[in-house]
Amino acid sequence: MWVLLLLPFVGLLWVPFFNFAEPSLFGFPFFYWYQLAWVPITALLIWLVYRSRTPDEAQ
Amino acid sequence: MSDQIEWVALSVFVFFFALVTVMGFFAARWKSGPATEQHLDEWGLGGRQFGTWITWFLVGGDFYTAYTVIAVPALVYAVGAYGFFALPYTIVVYPFVFAIMPLLWKVAHANGHVTAADVVQGTYNSRGLELAVALTGIVATMPYIALQLIGMGVVIKAMGLTGEWPIIAAFIVLALYTYSSGLRAPALIAFVKDIMIYIVVLVAVVLVPWKLGGYGAVFSAASDAFAAKGGATGVILKPAQMLPYASLALGSALAAFMYPHTLTGIFASKSADTIRKNAVLLPAYTLLLGLIALLGYMAYAAHIKVDTPNDVVPALFKALFPSWFAGFAFSAIAIGALVPAAVMSIGSANLFTRNVWKSYVNPDISHAGEAAVAKIASLVVKVGALAFILFLPTQYALDLQLLGGLWILQTFPSLVFGLFTRWFRAEALLLGWAVGIGWGSWTAWSNGLKPLATINIEGVSYVFYVGLGALILNIVVAAVATVVVGLISPRSVATARP
Repeated sequence: MWVLLLLPFVGLLWVPFFNFAEPSLFGFPFFYWYQLAWVPITALLIWLVYRSRTPDEAQ
Repeated sequence: MSDQIEWVALSVFVFFFALVTVMGFFAARWKSGPATEQHLDEWGLGGRQFGTWITWFLVGGDFYTAYTVIAVPALVYAVGAYGFFALPYTIVVYPFVFAIMPLLWKVAHANGHVTAADVVQGTYNSRGLELAVALTGIVATMPYIALQLIGMGVVIKAMGLTGEWPIIAAFIVLALYTYSSGLRAPALIAFVKDIMIYIVVLVAVVLVPWKLGGYGAVFSAASDAFAAKGGATGVILKPAQMLPYASLALGSALAAFMYPHTLTGIFASKSADTIRKNAVLLPAYTLLLGLIALLGYMAYAAHIKVDTPNDVVPALFKALFPSWFAGFAFSAIAIGALVPAAVMSIGSANLFTRNVWKSYVNPDISHAGEAAVAKIASLVVKVGALAFILFLPTQYALDLQLLGGLWILQTFPSLVFGLFTRWFRAEALLLGWAVGIGWGSWTAWSNGLKPLATINIEGVSYVFYVGLGALILNIVVAAVATVVVGLISPRSVATARP
């Protein structure tokens, strides 16, 4: 599961993959809505990892 | 901008400023136990008891600073897509926070550590490395506080107030309630600040494009303006900007939670789980930041013309919002400067107290004595930052903050590697730190303080963030030196010495 945490790094740091104007969405060029979309995706991925890990011993 | 005083905006501003001032002083009694023992854990870490929501507001409030609200749209206005690196930066930082910061919290919690340098000293038992980490933190944070003042100054100027006295007055107020309430003051004020910023930005990103003909019109206006301007600007990146963009995002993300103010938020939380939950919840601020950045493009669609890019956000708000809402927005930004400035001065004061004063001046200092020294140190740090702004050109603060990012990044191996392995030797980490700082500063300096370095490999030149290059060099030097030190003085002999 922890490998999910690497996906945002791959998705956001490999710039040639998303440095385009088209397809646009609601007037946003691809470059912008693609990166903005990674915000909820990253939160979701971290949450999935959080859910899957064994909880800390009682604190 | 006109120099006429905007009375409506100013009244709204004064109201909110007075409100948070009262809250700042009241905060001393907030969530404090019946026996308010004088202890640095109380003043400097708010009692180490902040749960998920307080931590969310506090870290959100001091990581996404007022200067961000001014400077990110300003950079986007000036250069376009390249200024957007703040977005991937503040996304990839959270998987990192989720994986690393709970481990760091556990070490700090188990040993009563207050600062990064405490953790380093506890792990390596090296006064030299401890001092290096502490001084790096203090020096990197000073110009950062100064930038918060610049952010506050920009909005105060936009309301027509001139001269230095409004900033001096605001800072004296800030210094006094930080002195009396410690970390509880910014933690409480962060609630007001963050809610205000959310309101402003949500209104702005709905209302402004609606007035200007939609996001399509905003982007095409910006695109036309950049096409007319030429150079390395545009609404998508030039091929040569891709590596700088990605390396700035990654390097900044690795540096972000090495700063004293962000680590203070981490160490003040109640549990490791508090931090994990925050790694899930904090990206909400990043969405906000991405939308704030777009204000830079909206300025083109609104035909805003400014002398310096930093004025672009206030000018846009004044042009498109009624005066009372502009005042509300300016208050949000100015209060947004107070929260990080307070946490930064507390983080630096903790470093000075624990890792300079206690280590070198008075090792037998009591808990109450630590709290007293830290309170004074926080005043000195703030006066220093104020003097910076009043007596030196603004550009110095900007340049030093930029260098500060590359410096603080060089503490990464000392702080983080020890969580996973004890293989590295303290002397080697110290050498790596020195080489990273030396090479990085020299390279940035010789490039006219641009944060980019260039290397040529087989005729192809690669341009990347100098901080990340310095970090890689730092790690390589530390690894090689660990091997060499291990050959000269094997560990078993070294630890067997009396």
